Amino acid sequence: MEHQPKALYCLLGTFTKTPEFFEAAGKVRDAGYKKWDTFTPFPVHGLDAQMGMKRSKVPMFTFCGGLFGFCLGTLITWYMNGWDYPLIVGGKPFWSPVFPFPVMYELTILNAAFGTLLGMFVMNMLPRHNHPLFNYPDFVRSNDDTFFIVIEKSDPKFNREATEAFLKEIGAEEIHAVEA
Amino acid sequence: MSHATAEVTLTPEEQKARSELIAKAKPVDIPRPILVTGGKDFHWVTEKICGIVEGKTPLWWWILFLTAACMATFTLFGLTWLVSTGVGVWGLANPVNWGWAIVNFVFWIGIGHAGTLISAILCLLRQKWRTSINRAAEAMTIFAVVCAGIFPLFHVGRVWFAWWLFPLPNSNWIWPQFRSPLEWDVFAVSTYGTVSVLFWYMGMIPDLANLRDRAKVLWRKLFYGLFAMGWRNSNRHWRNYEMAYLLLAGLSTPLVLSVHTIVSFDFAASNLPGWHTTIFPPYFVAGAIFSGFGMVLTLMLPLRAVYGLHNLITQYHIDCMCKIILATGSMVGYAYAMEFFIAWYGGNPYEGFAFINRAFGQYAWAYWIMISCNVISPQLFWFKWVRENTWLVWIICGFVNVGMWFERFVITVTSLANDYLPSSWGYYSPTIVDIFTFFGTFGLFSVLFLLFVRFLPLMPMGELKAVMPAADAHGHGSGTQGQGVPHHDSEGGHH
Repeated sequence: MEHQPKALYCLLGTFTKTPEFFEAAGKVRDAGYKKWDTFTPFPVHGLDAQMGMKRSKVPMFTFCGGLFGFCLGTLITWYMNGWDYPLIVGGKPFWSPVFPFPVMYELTILNAAFGTLLGMFVMNMLPRHNHPLFNYPDFVRSNDDTFFIVIEKSDPKFNREATEAFLKEIGAEEIHAVEA
Repeated sequence: MSHATAEVTLTPEEQKARSELIAKAKPVDIPRPILVTGGKDFHWVTEKICGIVEGKTPLWWWILFLTAACMATFTLFGLTWLVSTGVGVWGLANPVNWGWAIVNFVFWIGIGHAGTLISAILCLLRQKWRTSINRAAEAMTIFAVVCAGIFPLFHVGRVWFAWWLFPLPNSNWIWPQFRSPLEWDVFAVSTYGTVSVLFWYMGMIPDLANLRDRAKVLWRKLFYGLFAMGWRNSNRHWRNYEMAYLLLAGLSTPLVLSVHTIVSFDFAASNLPGWHTTIFPPYFVAGAIFSGFGMVLTLMLPLRAVYGLHNLITQYHIDCMCKIILATGSMVGYAYAMEFFIAWYGGNPYEGFAFINRAFGQYAWAYWIMISCNVISPQLFWFKWVRENTWLVWIICGFVNVGMWFERFVITVTSLANDYLPSSWGYYSPTIVDIFTFFGTFGLFSVLFLLFVRFLPLMPMGELKAVMPAADAHGHGSGTQGQGVPHHDSEGGHH
């Protein structure tokens, strides 16, 4: 720990072993911290439950996108071939849900995929190119081989000394204060 | 013993008895294949993959890039010739009005399917070996779709009206006709291209963030930073990312099956003997995966050698891909046989003639090239020593690529050249313009792929790390995980 920072954003503890890190994340959850997060070079299997997080809400975006796409496909094929410019082809009905089904199907998938990507960005609140954590000079290590546990100053339970001691106790190898 | 194992919930006594029995019986620990060999750590993966992008441009890259760029100009030349003169410069003439352009379209779109299979279907099937090849295979998909799209676009004749394919208002106020499989194809292929790009891009975001954070020069920081969207490896991000990834895999699976199904409808929905068969959709999909894996190995084996990726693309990976080629090649062989059987069993003389004519008529040479490349050559993959000989694998994959092009040629041309009216029968040959246009697409594909290799992360680092033994949150990272060995988690409880 260097000098006392002017505007503290968080305390950051580093780990290099997956099992130790995984166990420590469970302890932070049990200690009742709310505004905290973990940073990992890869998605760690089971970490969501370990952090006490609920199921992601991205599927709702996928569903809405898919529903929109299906309705869009139905609407355009009906409007174009059945209403606005009816075409007589082989004495068949101007519109039926059967013949344009591939179009409805593909538009369902297309819009569901856009919904999924949009959902991922919205739920993650991205794009966000500036973040206080990027001020941590060794942030690049979270891409490489180091796991971070970050407890934010805005957490109601946050106490500079107590939280630092807590991070040490749960096995953090290094503890850094990140300024915003 | 059977009593104890049959119970779902065990009392403490039963639990104890079970552990004792298992300790006595010593069940075999079935080893799982090691996907990253050489005892490497996470840091090695980062350095290896980022190193490819961050290192100096190798000389071979420039040589290949310039050669590929020159090759690509052949397409430009062919298309310019076509547009400035007219579709007559292609070898199309009654009755063969679908020639190389359609053959090349189906060929390239089929190549793409392996990328989606690896990224989507193998993801859903939890085939972890996909991790080291999925990024490059997805890139291959996108570039193959780019090459594929050129052909139907220019095949419409007056390319400046190609936008009429899309449901856009035009001055005649008429709309596309949605009963046509060709119109379904417009939606299928454009959706396929778009979703493939979305999937590829989303998978790349964490790696782009890695390159952004490692960047030493400003343009790199801006370029990778812009596309990384501010990703910061937070598990609250990974959670949504993983869910989105799974959903995209789930969406791409029916998509990839539908795309080649609809491509096969282009043929199957007509009344032409040899085209009008119900076996076409599964047969086309199997063929697409077959040719795509052939192309994946054609691309990945040289990259593995040049960049020394032997610890990431191991013999196990090559084995898996060879076995898929063997399986899909056999399916394709089965489909060829079944077409003949149904042609005979169906009792339709025109259908029967179409197939006899394929094998023994004026295009017999093409048919037998197809059979030997697609049916016979992959059967060599039954042998372990063949799968372990990288050169042999590469050569066989070359045959697969050639064979699958000929399959589309045989299907398209033989049926058209000898249809119901013998008076209009003809023999189709491509012109130099056809040949130039097709030849150039290999250059275009290579240019795009080389740019990908040079500037984008070749493998998903996060996914690679996640399948390494050190990534196991419970420390069962021995690289083996037996099915018979119970492991008691004191802290976990999420399995």
